Amino acid sequence: MTGSNDRIGSSTVGVSTPAVELSGITKAFPGVIANDRISLRALRGEVLCLLGENGAGKSTLMSILSGLYQPDAGSIRIDGREVRIGSPRDGRELGIGMVYQHLSLIPTLTVLENLMLGSNPGIVLDEVRARARLGDLAARLGVHVDADVRVGALSLGQQQHVEIIKALWKDSTVLILDEPTSMLTPQGIEELQKVLLGLKASGLAIIFITHKLHEAIAIGDRVVALRQGRVVGELGPEVLRTGTPHEIQGRIVEVMFGEDPTRGPQIAELREDLAAERSDARTRLEGSPEILRLDGVSAPGARGQHGIEGATFVVREGEVLGVAGVDGNGQRALAEAIAGQRRSSVGTIHLGGEEVTNLSVGARQRLGLRYVTDDRLHEGVVGRYAVGLNFVLKRIGDEPFWRKGTIDRKAIETTARSLITEFDVRTPSPATPIGKLSGGNIQKALLARELSFDPRVVVFHKPTHGLDVKTIAAVRDRIRALAARGVGVIVISTDLDELIDLSDRVAVLFAGRIVGVVENGPQAATRIGELLVGGEAAA
Amino acid sequence: MSEAAGRTAVNPRRADGLIGRIGLALGPILLAFLTTAVLLAILGRDPVAFYRDILLAGVLRPSGLQDSITRMAPVLLVGAGLIVSFRASLWNLGADGQYLLAVAFVAGVGSRVIGDLPPVLGWVVLAVAAMLIAGAWTFVPALLKARYGLNEIVTTLMMSFIGIAIANVLIKGPLKGDEMVPQTFVYPEGTMLWDLPGTTIHVGVVAALVVVVLVHLVLTRTSLGTRLDVLGANPRAAVHMGIDVPRLIVVAFFLSGALIGLAAASDIMGIFGYVRADWDPGYGLKVVPLVFLAGLNVIAFIPIAAFFGVLSIGGDYATRKADLPSDFILVFIGLLFLFMIVTQYVSARRARGEPVLPAWFRRTLPARDATEGDGG
Repeated sequence: MTGSNDRIGSSTVGVSTPAVELSGITKAFPGVIANDRISLRALRGEVLCLLGENGAGKSTLMSILSGLYQPDAGSIRIDGREVRIGSPRDGRELGIGMVYQHLSLIPTLTVLENLMLGSNPGIVLDEVRARARLGDLAARLGVHVDADVRVGALSLGQQQHVEIIKALWKDSTVLILDEPTSMLTPQGIEELQKVLLGLKASGLAIIFITHKLHEAIAIGDRVVALRQGRVVGELGPEVLRTGTPHEIQGRIVEVMFGEDPTRGPQIAELREDLAAERSDARTRLEGSPEILRLDGVSAPGARGQHGIEGATFVVREGEVLGVAGVDGNGQRALAEAIAGQRRSSVGTIHLGGEEVTNLSVGARQRLGLRYVTDDRLHEGVVGRYAVGLNFVLKRIGDEPFWRKGTIDRKAIETTARSLITEFDVRTPSPATPIGKLSGGNIQKALLARELSFDPRVVVFHKPTHGLDVKTIAAVRDRIRALAARGVGVIVISTDLDELIDLSDRVAVLFAGRIVGVVENGPQAATRIGELLVGGEAAA
Repeated sequence: MSEAAGRTAVNPRRADGLIGRIGLALGPILLAFLTTAVLLAILGRDPVAFYRDILLAGVLRPSGLQDSITRMAPVLLVGAGLIVSFRASLWNLGADGQYLLAVAFVAGVGSRVIGDLPPVLGWVVLAVAAMLIAGAWTFVPALLKARYGLNEIVTTLMMSFIGIAIANVLIKGPLKGDEMVPQTFVYPEGTMLWDLPGTTIHVGVVAALVVVVLVHLVLTRTSLGTRLDVLGANPRAAVHMGIDVPRLIVVAFFLSGALIGLAAASDIMGIFGYVRADWDPGYGLKVVPLVFLAGLNVIAFIPIAAFFGVLSIGGDYATRKADLPSDFILVFIGLLFLFMIVTQYVSARRARGEPVLPAWFRRTLPARDATEGDGG
């Protein structure tokens, strides 16, 4: 961690006092310091991008600013006045509006009802005033919002506008956006940029949290990079407005990773050889036999999520089929129907020509069908079990780990050690309870379990969700290597960049139906965006 | 320090290891003793004399010690049965019905046929039959749980009431002996389980210990044990791992019931030799807190079962001498459960590094040093 506080360029101190000034903010959780003496300032009329990997401390910092957490040390100034933000309510009163990563609107209520919820003073709903306020704010955003439509009927981009309006409801001076773009289509991101531009012009200070370099460059006036709870660098407007995007990316990587040149190139979006690899893949897939086929598969959803209806597609050996869609549109039902965890009510599933529709989860696993679940902690592993035992939980009772039904701990440990090395799982020992590992290492352990013992088809559900940049790169490399070995791969993700990065084709899932399949290529993101919008219009 | 190492750092305050676990078991026992002492004092009894009487009658007198050890057998077996299902997070609360149905059979039918069977074989046949009957009584709740996900706490309890009622109907009806009192025939002279030489401890106690150790090995060493644990840890994970969950539920319930049935066989063939209608020792609910005290570990449950044996044999004497109802001992067990939950709550909070005291109290204390922890 050398040169951790070197600043590239000097940050311009505006004539006006900063809208927000954090100094020396420190927050420790047991075993980890999430924020280590962080100081930063956000100016009115400026977008400050907070860039960092998952776990860098961005969200903790913003939770402190919005009043969710109390800092252990440090001070917060709003418009030059030192304040104590005791609760999210205090935060709102002080003019801090926050848009969270996950949408917090209630889909069955109308836009107006959602906005009045929690912000209406007194008991009687003051609808007239709320309607006027909504009109004002929508005009300020430069968008049109219908007050009386149910939120569930809006597109994701429109829902985000409502979220922003909700955050600005109480005359906010600062707007915080926590990773707002993960499932936005290119069109949606463009629209968000326009909205932010307008808000900036009206004198708002905006803090935009992201882990994507290109977003930071495109949206930010200033970029502050966080790493392991510390500010590791800052780029001011004079740097961000000069030079090509490529040069700026280089500067940021330099700031974020210091003198560790091995880490930068692992960031997927910096790899230029991907496009070439992908065209290789296309020729490779010509005439490749199909390994998984779904014909009209329908399965019920659970807990208010969509099920799937009439899913029909084919995955070839060596192919990566992406599945795009907003969370809750049937992803879980699709993954579980393929894995056998959810019985499909209609349709058939074939694995390498053999029908598996009525086979159990275990039988499908033995045939080489693997499922890397998105719920690592509560489904993928048993947290209090050792890493080693978790490796063999899908093979309970099988040789050589159980001999005549009796567990052979030596055999498990030997296998565990080699998997830990092969998949770079950072654990003190194979006997450590897996729940004590970081999310990234749990994911690596899951990959070790699913990708060993001859897989033929692997379904990945949000494989890099919540992981740090380095692990994301490692996971994606594994997926590519897997496909190169001839395994059929399905990647279900809500991260469009990830799907573009990995897939040969992308199926778009909307309200439980596959509304189209797009060949990956130069215009794929836009095409997927159109399908998502089209799907939304059709519903 | 690397990120990975920093994240995986174990909180040093965690009450792990043998000493921590013994503390978790002994703490509530001591607290229950203290509170019961206060209660006794309020009732005008001498707590010291009361506890001395328990010790005297339960341990120090040879006959008392032997009775205490004999009392362990059903407790051990019922406990092992509960542990098998509880480890899979299947709450078999119907032990009493399962136990009494097996009792009715072993006493009612056993007393008629045991004379015609060769000694050891007769016992084995009756014990196996008792296990099958008690195990079978779990089928309805098990199938309802496995197929439709119905809450087994309710279904096992309801089936328990039905089981108890049927057992009484049988004892008053078809299985009634020829006397006027509603009870079964008595086992003929010499057909009861042998006592260990020079004691009043029957071989069923030894058998119970052996079975319990076997159950421990099955739970900790075999694939079945691992499957039960995974199901107990998280049913969704169990499905994900490819475990046949419905089948496992039926198997776990059956084993649980079978062990409880074995307790019935041991009691009838080892101690009583007959059963009266409306007799119910109520093991099921008394043993539930004890198996949690043992952390659902069968071996750890052995000393706790011994403790229970002493408490109930000594308690009989002590309560009679203090002129209290014999159910007074249940007050102690209730307190034990209460303190156990409190102790586990406190220990879990500490293990997570969370404050134990309520927020209003903590505010009056100085803040913790902010720089504690990994320096990154």
